[in-house]
Amino acid sequence: MSVTEAQRPEVATGMSAGAGALLSVDGLKLDLRDESGWVRVLDDVSFQIRPRETLGVVGESGCGKSMTALSIMQLLPPRYARTEGRIQFGDRDLLTLSRRQMSRIRGRNISMIFQEPMSALDPVFTVGAQIVETVLCHFKVSRREAEERAIDALDSVGIAAPREIAQLYPMSLSGGMRQRVMIAMALVCEPELLIADEPTTALDVTIQAQIMDLLLKLSQQKGTAIMFITHNLALVSQNCDRMITMYGGQVIEGGPVADVLATPRHPYTTGLLHSVPEAGRARGTLNAIPGRVPSLRAMPPGCRFEPRCPHAAPVCRQPVGIEQTGDRQIRCHRWQELTQQQAVSQ
Amino acid sequence: MTTQASNAVDVQNMTVTFGRSRTLVRAVDGVSFTVAPGEIFGIIGESGSGKSTLGRAAVGMITPSGGEVRHGDVDPFALNRKALNVHRRKYQIIAQDPNAAFNPRMTILESVMEPMYIAGIGNRAERRARALEMLDTVALSPELSNRYPHELSGGQKQRANIARALVLDPEVLVCDEVVAALDVSIQADMLNLFWKLQQDFNLTYLFISHDLNVVSHISDRVAVMYFGKIMEIGPAEAVMNRPLHPYSEALRSAEPEIIADQAKARERIILQGEIPSALNPPSGCRFHTRCPRAADRCSTDEPVQRELVPGRFVACHFAEEMLARFAEGGAAMRRETVS
Repeated sequence: MSVTEAQRPEVATGMSAGAGALLSVDGLKLDLRDESGWVRVLDDVSFQIRPRETLGVVGESGCGKSMTALSIMQLLPPRYARTEGRIQFGDRDLLTLSRRQMSRIRGRNISMIFQEPMSALDPVFTVGAQIVETVLCHFKVSRREAEERAIDALDSVGIAAPREIAQLYPMSLSGGMRQRVMIAMALVCEPELLIADEPTTALDVTIQAQIMDLLLKLSQQKGTAIMFITHNLALVSQNCDRMITMYGGQVIEGGPVADVLATPRHPYTTGLLHSVPEAGRARGTLNAIPGRVPSLRAMPPGCRFEPRCPHAAPVCRQPVGIEQTGDRQIRCHRWQELTQQQAVSQ
Repeated sequence: MTTQASNAVDVQNMTVTFGRSRTLVRAVDGVSFTVAPGEIFGIIGESGSGKSTLGRAAVGMITPSGGEVRHGDVDPFALNRKALNVHRRKYQIIAQDPNAAFNPRMTILESVMEPMYIAGIGNRAERRARALEMLDTVALSPELSNRYPHELSGGQKQRANIARALVLDPEVLVCDEVVAALDVSIQADMLNLFWKLQQDFNLTYLFISHDLNVVSHISDRVAVMYFGKIMEIGPAEAVMNRPLHPYSEALRSAEPEIIADQAKARERIILQGEIPSALNPPSGCRFHTRCPRAADRCSTDEPVQRELVPGRFVACHFAEEMLARFAEGGAAMRRETVS
């Protein structure tokens, strides 16, 4: 099921975005509209994904993780969503593409899997038919060839009897099997980038371990980069090369996973790390982060974490930009000071 | 554990079935355990393992089809309906989804007052005062009490849910996946609250969750369930760090851990396959179809649950071998397993 170079569109080859990045998001802003008007959901989101790497995106509900993914995929309805900034994929800015150009990339060069596979699979078609459709959308191959590729794809995600399973409807599959089908569908066209939005959150831990193992194995085999969205820091620590932390619609920290987790610089990242109970550790009170995420319509003008931050100072009420030092990013007025005092390290 | 009569919950050989004949499902199959007053007893298991059914039957919400349940000296299923309703005030349940637990057309305060109204306790003013007191106990600000459920965040709703369980002054709380739907920072806050309430009111918890980290963080002892049976019971710390059942070991291994240094990552056990169909349970040990240690006898002989070390009960043919691996730390383990 190999894809020849001739079939690969130019997006993959002509690499112009900064320092060999596969995807480069630059100053992304997103506004959404509801009854009471427009509200800013993402504000100045910038990050890069390099070819073949796994980038973890962590943060709590409402921090903008999924909205970032949907903006990249251009899956938000234009009437209710407005984007600014650049999303450079290969040599194209995805935000400038027409719907038709974008639909050629979607599923072929960038694909996505979701938390709840049942809502992403169509209940009235067999899973085989849905994978075949994906193949026929992007390749000029016969239906028979497409069917063979679909079977191969199901086989590659560890489904024992792919021919039989291909003829089943999504409702007759378990949660873990549905997620395997979603992965097969997302990877059948061998995309350069896979966006996985909480792919294991709805699954039991033993099945979660199977699915993560499978995702990593396949991405290594096929050289697919993964943008892995999760609220689970432990999964990121075990499976990702680099990570970014998001809060209130902004990226607040980023860098290689080992560095960020060993020496977090943002008080919010530290807070997240301390909130997680760990099996087999001493019991007692957990260090919860006080307060809650401010509403999108009432974001503090300065640092967005300032009202909840244990290290807040008057300077924190001033707006703060993201700073790049070496291979790490940090959005905090006081990070140098705090790092020196070892106030935010583990 | 102390003498039988003083146990808050004493379950012996309990079976709960659903359906009949060809579609008969044994959701809980011959389970025994005791929970002492003031103890936090964790129940861990994957979806479909029967942990919620076990929790419900243990407090008398579902009638078991076999076995015995005792609450102190009381057999709840021997009580008539009226007496059972009174008895049940002491045994409350908090469910995972607070949205489903609240009437969308009642304010939070009204919902929290309702159990007392149903139980016929106090007059309206007294009920109101008690409800406000409990909302304060769970640290929900008073201005939220006149809001409707949809105006509250998930964490706030769960607090109100806890307040509602507390107004009847219960002794035992079944907490069924109470933090599963919450973000980590809120979850940490909520676990701290459960911890504090237990100490302030000397509550007994049956703490049910699929999340190993959560259960073992809060519990004194834990039971690991698989497919309607208890695989292992023991002190939380011991079961987590020195599991004696291959299933506990696999669960522990599958649970992701934050490791800054990836070179230190443990060798992981990834279980193959999924939980089998409840209509067609495997013969012998129910875990043998997925067990990395399974031998021939596992598919024919069902292992008997036995006490390997004081306080640690295991149902596995290889439990002794599992124990032998921890032999070097054996002396230390014997000391800490006596609860």
